[in-house]
Amino acid sequence: MAAPAEVDFRTRLQDSLPRLVLAPSFAATLLFVYGFILFTVYLSFTGSKMLPNFTWVGLENYRKLWALDAWWIAISNIAVFATLYIVICTAIGLTLAIFLDQKIRGEGLLRPIYLYPMALSFIVTGTAWKWFLDPGIGLEHTMHLWGWESFSFTWIKDRNMAIYTIVLAAVWQTSGFVMAMFLAGLRGIDNEILKAAQIDGASNWQLYRRIVIPMLRPAFLSAFVILFHLAIKSYDLVIALTGGGPGRATELPATFMYSYTFTRNSMGIGASSAVIMLMTIAAIMVPYLYAELKEKP
Amino acid sequence: MSAVTQDTAVRTGRVTRTFIYLVLLLFALFYLLPFFVMLVNSVKPLAEITGGNMMALPRTWTFEPWHSAWSTAQIGVEPTGLKPYFINSIIMVVPAVAISTVLGALNGYVLTKWRFRGDTWVFGLMLFSCFIPFQIVLIPMARMLGLMGLAGSTPGLVLVHVVYGLGFTTLYFRNYYAAFPTELVRAAMIDGAGFFRIFWRIMLPVSGPIAVVSVIWQFTNIWNDFLFGASFGDQDSQPMTVALNNLVNSSTGVKEYNVHFAGAILAALPTLFVYIVAGRYFVRGLMAGSVKG
Amino acid sequence: MGFLDISHVTKSYGNVQVLHEVDIAVQEGEFLVLVGPSGCGKSTLLNMIAGLEAISSGDISIKGRVINGVHPSKRNIAMVFQSYALYPNMTVGQNMTFGLEMHGTPKPERDRALAEVAKLLQIDHLLDRKPGQLSGGQRQRVAMGRALVRNPDVFLFDEPLSNLDAKLRVDMRTEIKKLHQKLKTTIVYVTHDQIEAMTLSTRIAVMNKGYVQQLGTPKEIYDTPANLFVATFMGSPAMNILPAKVVMQDGAPHAEIADADGARRLLRFSQANLAGWAGRDILLGIRPEAITDPEGADRKSANIQPFGNRVTVTEPAGSDTYVTMSLSGRDVIARMRADAAVVPGQVFDFAVNMEKAVAFDPATELRIPA
Repeated sequence: MAAPAEVDFRTRLQDSLPRLVLAPSFAATLLFVYGFILFTVYLSFTGSKMLPNFTWVGLENYRKLWALDAWWIAISNIAVFATLYIVICTAIGLTLAIFLDQKIRGEGLLRPIYLYPMALSFIVTGTAWKWFLDPGIGLEHTMHLWGWESFSFTWIKDRNMAIYTIVLAAVWQTSGFVMAMFLAGLRGIDNEILKAAQIDGASNWQLYRRIVIPMLRPAFLSAFVILFHLAIKSYDLVIALTGGGPGRATELPATFMYSYTFTRNSMGIGASSAVIMLMTIAAIMVPYLYAELKEKP
Repeated sequence: MSAVTQDTAVRTGRVTRTFIYLVLLLFALFYLLPFFVMLVNSVKPLAEITGGNMMALPRTWTFEPWHSAWSTAQIGVEPTGLKPYFINSIIMVVPAVAISTVLGALNGYVLTKWRFRGDTWVFGLMLFSCFIPFQIVLIPMARMLGLMGLAGSTPGLVLVHVVYGLGFTTLYFRNYYAAFPTELVRAAMIDGAGFFRIFWRIMLPVSGPIAVVSVIWQFTNIWNDFLFGASFGDQDSQPMTVALNNLVNSSTGVKEYNVHFAGAILAALPTLFVYIVAGRYFVRGLMAGSVKG
Repeated sequence: MGFLDISHVTKSYGNVQVLHEVDIAVQEGEFLVLVGPSGCGKSTLLNMIAGLEAISSGDISIKGRVINGVHPSKRNIAMVFQSYALYPNMTVGQNMTFGLEMHGTPKPERDRALAEVAKLLQIDHLLDRKPGQLSGGQRQRVAMGRALVRNPDVFLFDEPLSNLDAKLRVDMRTEIKKLHQKLKTTIVYVTHDQIEAMTLSTRIAVMNKGYVQQLGTPKEIYDTPANLFVATFMGSPAMNILPAKVVMQDGAPHAEIADADGARRLLRFSQANLAGWAGRDILLGIRPEAITDPEGADRKSANIQPFGNRVTVTEPAGSDTYVTMSLSGRDVIARMRADAAVVPGQVFDFAVNMEKAVAFDPATELRIPA
């Protein structure tokens, strides 16, 4: 008969080593991400003020939150901001990508120019645009000096328009990146398909509208997901560009959460606003990630 | 005549091409303008900005704003300039990038070459953490850092950045290693190499491109972070971004726009430098990481 | 008991069983080929021998030592992979000696083994190159060299030729066969290519859906396939299978079939015990080379029967001409000599070698044994 198997120590160790190596990272994720999320969710049901306390108040914070004008301002601002930001970035990104894909001389120079804002901190971007848009010294002032006396551009000081300056600066920072995503998508399309469409008699416009753009679906999806989560997370840019002002005109959920939690001593309300932000992102990200990861089990 | 282009097989007429070039150049201007404004006005005396044209080149060139931003400007309450905060950022960024990249590489290696039941879930949970709004962890993190005695310290910020950067580094390495033939790992196993030896001798030597990507991504993200720095840093650990914001938004005294611009450029220099030196990898990496999960 | 014993080995992933009770005893020096369509479990079995996948139940032993759970590097096996799996960052020489290095073999000894194998495979001049600088055939040699250097008990080949172009594949096939004849090593070789299986092996295990369908010498597999799957999988063009009825005439069993024009025709079986199937339906199996032009018929056969039938299509392939005709409603392929004068649409007088015909039970799809 065959001798019994000796499953040696090394083999056993080798079997469990991979999981041991992964364990610290996974444990950290479980604690610092999911544990903390649970903690914040719990806090949102407590009467925490300046410090966490554990008196259960049920949905009280959420009720208060939705009764706050400031929160409604933040919500309507994020709706305006996110919509414009996503739509404009996608439009600019797609246009630039298609134009750049026409065998453009100097593409190697243009591409990094479109992309470099991505490397900057939102604080830097905010600072640059803050003064550039400042009516006293910036664009308006320059136009006046150039002789266009009636030129007026005071959005950043205007309660009704300030949110659009945030859109402008955010688009400036990210649209080049979206361009790169679409460009990669365009370069991935089989040239023979385009030739076939031309032989079928498609004009350039039809070619793009009927063949190319539909084939960019995955790039559209990725761009949307990335822009969406960036929009919800937007915080630094608002702080640097407008500080949430004038008044509360550019308050977003992210700045709302920070000020209610850390300066207005309403931690319970701050926590509940954070939970709503998370749920908004999860509603988009969870199905997206699930579909992405399920494809290749 | 219109030329047949190899890239797209699309023919464009002269009018269309002129239009395309015009649009592309206008956008180049749009992207360059704010930086041009910063640069030009950082070397002007203050009077030339407030009294003059923001777009104009300086009549008097001065590097005083740069000097001031670096070493004498009022940040918060101390006239220290941005220098100490620049150093804070460096001390924070280097270990955070190194640790998160090494862990990401090991995680990616395990998740692709030593697969186990439920590994996709583990990865999915780690990946989702890239996208959470960090507001959701601010309160407990502040408490945790306090409990660990790391509140307001650089090691505390390093920990925060490592933890919330792991998802991305793991994603990059996982995607990269997924394309690496598993048969090589099996061949090495039969050859008698163990878990770490395979990583060291087989995987790492070919990981250069993705390591560059991971390092650039993490460096940019951590250097540019504001939320964590503002929430968990104090005088001795606040990063450059927080200091810049304090400088620009300080309510005391005259607004020294030229100093603000110089400071903003100082804060942008490290990431711009990295971007210019290794930009091609950066773009390629962003694509690899974001398009496919 | 064999040199490499696979006994009652099964493999399941969760509730899905992908290998069912595999029993194969491989003798020392034997060249065993595992062949089957993709997903038949052949690669899984090979990976289990290598230790790359766990065994769900049963035992695998080499030289009497059960190796279940033993680390791949401690089984004294070597493996040649489909993609060759050469380490891209190492030179050819480093690739080949990496295993010896891992096992702590001193450098002089490694160099001696390397030189010997490099000479044998005629890759001495490539030792300092990186795999990226080699052609497909050269990489293939290096991959084999890496296995040979180890001087293992058992060589495992996982579809090693499938990444080569057609001509190179034939050359390397011969090369592997020569190597085996020279070194008398024990080899387990996985392929989905039945020609590779036939030409290389001393024994073949035909697998499908996780079962070993038949284990035998190439001749056994080819001439007496155990079932319909083996019969149609092995051989190219595939064996013709057509429904037939067994009828008795002159005291001998005949296959009753319909020709291209629908007429009822009889072919006498050589296999006498088919008399027991009289009046019942069977599936008749005839290989293309058993239906020929009269001049091309096997002279040693005792049962050649003339058979006129209308031709559908002819396909001259240079060395042979393949002829398609209709029998019992099925397309049947016959193999003619190249210059046989066959015209589509006309009736041609074929010769059918019924000595090579086999019959299958339509219900079980098993061959009716002689």
